[in-house]
Amino acid sequence: MARASKPPTADAKRSQARRPAQTGAKPRPGRTSALAADPAPSDHNHPPGSASKDQMLGWYRDMLLIRRFEERAGQLYGMGLIGGFCHLYIGQEAIAVGMQSIAEDGDEVITGYREHGHMLAIGMDPKAVLSELTGRATGAARGKGGSMHMFSVEKGFFGGNGIVGAQVPLGTGLAFANWYRGNGKVSFTYFGDGAANQGQVYEAFNMAELWKLPIVFVIENNQYAMGTSVERASSQTHLFRRGESFNIPGEEVDGMDIEAVREAGARAAEFARSGQGPYILEMKTYRYRGHSMSDPAKYRTREEVDEVRKTRDPIDHLRDKMEARGFADEAALKAIDAEVKKIVADAAEFARTAPEPDPKELYTDVYAEA
Amino acid sequence: MPALSPTMEEGTLSKWNIKVGDTVSAGDVIAEIETDKATMEVEAVDEGVVEALLVEAGAEGVKVNAPIARLKDEADHSAKSPPSSASPPLPPGEEDQEKQGPRSSPPGGGGREADGGGSAAAAPVAVAKPNAAEASAGEPEKQPPETVKPKAEGEGPVALATPSPLADPDIPAGTKMVATTVRDALRDAMAEEMRRDDSVFLIGEEVAQYQGAYKVSRDLLQEFGDKRVVDTPITEYGFAGLGVGAAMAGLKPIVEFMTFNFAMQAIDAIVNSAAKTRYMSGGQITCSIVFRGPNGAAARVGAQHSQDYSAWYGSVPGLKVIAPYDAADAKGLLKAAIRDPNPVVFLENEMLYGHEFDVPEMDDFVLPIGKAKVRREGRHVTLVAHSRMVGFALEAAEKLAADGIEAEVVDMRTLRPLDHETIVESVKKTNRLVSVEEGWATYGVGAEVCQRVVEHAFDYLDAPPTRVSGEDVPMPYAANLEALCLPSVDKIVQAVKGVCYK
Repeated sequence: MARASKPPTADAKRSQARRPAQTGAKPRPGRTSALAADPAPSDHNHPPGSASKDQMLGWYRDMLLIRRFEERAGQLYGMGLIGGFCHLYIGQEAIAVGMQSIAEDGDEVITGYREHGHMLAIGMDPKAVLSELTGRATGAARGKGGSMHMFSVEKGFFGGNGIVGAQVPLGTGLAFANWYRGNGKVSFTYFGDGAANQGQVYEAFNMAELWKLPIVFVIENNQYAMGTSVERASSQTHLFRRGESFNIPGEEVDGMDIEAVREAGARAAEFARSGQGPYILEMKTYRYRGHSMSDPAKYRTREEVDEVRKTRDPIDHLRDKMEARGFADEAALKAIDAEVKKIVADAAEFARTAPEPDPKELYTDVYAEA
Repeated sequence: MPALSPTMEEGTLSKWNIKVGDTVSAGDVIAEIETDKATMEVEAVDEGVVEALLVEAGAEGVKVNAPIARLKDEADHSAKSPPSSASPPLPPGEEDQEKQGPRSSPPGGGGREADGGGSAAAAPVAVAKPNAAEASAGEPEKQPPETVKPKAEGEGPVALATPSPLADPDIPAGTKMVATTVRDALRDAMAEEMRRDDSVFLIGEEVAQYQGAYKVSRDLLQEFGDKRVVDTPITEYGFAGLGVGAAMAGLKPIVEFMTFNFAMQAIDAIVNSAAKTRYMSGGQITCSIVFRGPNGAAARVGAQHSQDYSAWYGSVPGLKVIAPYDAADAKGLLKAAIRDPNPVVFLENEMLYGHEFDVPEMDDFVLPIGKAKVRREGRHVTLVAHSRMVGFALEAAEKLAADGIEAEVVDMRTLRPLDHETIVESVKKTNRLVSVEEGWATYGVGAEVCQRVVEHAFDYLDAPPTRVSGEDVPMPYAANLEALCLPSVDKIVQAVKGVCYK
């Protein structure tokens, strides 16, 4: 079975050339385990030395920051300091960090409500993110957005969207603006396996391909749409093939392997940036925590989660690679651990103590001054 | 003269393809007719030899149902039955339809060729069909009825271009006024803003090659090209969301909905994404976008094409909502909407598109959003209306004046933010209020208007405020029921007499 879903197009040869390496593992139809992808085979496409030690340490740091940040967010939620919904990104760190590492300045990112990791990967201040979670005036949305609604125009981060799938036409609109301006920028539009069943996703696919918009659709398939597994919700479980009837190429990627993410991401971004239109990447991944903090997770076994943590964890996986290449400098790793710990502790303290928004803020930001 | 749509009343016979003495068969294209939005071919529905062409090529203002040509062999039977139902041979399969009644003229012509007909000797001989290019570009189910000179559902003519007795403070004295249709005023507004700002573009169904389902975007493709006038697939949710995304990236989209009835598919993008994101982002994200198109009832298009969404959008913080009545307001307020840094819902009315009003000839005519306009002064009662209902209210005021009741007519123009000061000031003078809206009364615009007046002018009221609105049912199709469902001049007159205790 082909892993890349590529429609016949006039420039088929050209786009084939842009997609030479078939990384990741073969999908196994009918397989129901958490991860269809076996990370091991991808390494032959990443000979040691293709990434520098500093690069890998940087990814490690960014992924670890997300992990520790989210753990702390979970803790603050448990303490009642974070309200409402809180969807943690733990387990999916390789995707945000990997994709961000291949993006260019000026590219845009938009995603759904599991966006904390993306914001940290794009370089937003952990204090602003965490203090938004605690509903403080210092938050990334000045306390008005909360977990699901944070933005940074400066960093090109357009949310943060609480309506499942709504970010897909919006992200297509960001790409339309790039196309309109001819600025060579790409919109990275993320959504989950659950959103992949929403009708508006396909309305957006159609227009994106029709007008060859510079957009990479990144499906973070973490296997469960809230409590419903992909198999129970999707007639076509290979989500990278969902663009076939629109002639949008797609491929499956091991989303637990940052190098596989980077390689596929770079290929897809180049495809989109060069005017060939949209590209779909299905990142096979897994979330360790519940859908939100209030999720009892009765729909999967503890063993399933433990198995993934033990054998597929994206941070451990990166660390293993670094060790294999002689990059696992003990002192450097320890320094990163300490740095991340301090960033998160400082952010938590900040988020706990920052002031709530002034009551006068209730009626600000509804309208822009005409 | 065939009707090309339920709302057409007249058209131009631009070209004859036949001459006296020609033999025509059913289905032959015998002429072309033009309305201000479309050119259509006319097919013969009868066969015979052309005896006379009753209308010259190029004749304008030919009324629907007026005879345009006469066939030699029909004098015998034309007197006893509508000629089109007596047409000899029909194509196979059409006999049943023929028995059931007059053949209807596509698209949605309503069979008017059979129900009038003028002189007994002269028989209408044609039905119209869209020409091939337009037919292939259109999508029949979504093809809207067009408006030329709307009928007023048994009310007599809608008040047209009533010159305001008040000097409009927005227009300098001495400005030349040009008679312009609402349709052209909207187009001119878009064209002017697109010339002024490269980031403004128009996107929607049939806005480009088709020149607009209602011809509101006529010639924009030719001037601005297909990058700035973008035809979309029929995918309201998708292209509305795409527009919002483009606006978040700093462009200024004008998203045209063929009707706001279809925008219900896109309302998540309008409300959840466009209206709320500025607030949710703590003021970071600006979404300068206009959602525009016809709103409310046209004529005889049934419940799913006839809803008035004024109250729906009017209730959403983060949106501005505009519903103009005349062409000057349509132009000045659409230009303002395009420039506004916020999402604006711009509710037009199909029945007004073909109406002409004076528009000031100014380099840059922009009206303020959020300002109502007193269109007629009076001292006995205040009528508050928006969009097409302003015309009804003005006509009702005219009738009431004959009975000695002087009604003041306030055109809301903008529904959100609502200029209740102007309304309240008027009620303080008249002490009576009747609100008029086409939509349903329950939780409606009138409910809001009455509440604001009760809140701010309770002590001035000499009678309970009342509402004239669409009836509390889905819009019926039958002509008589539809007329009953909509507000009317008579209903307004009765309501006014009620609050005046007359």
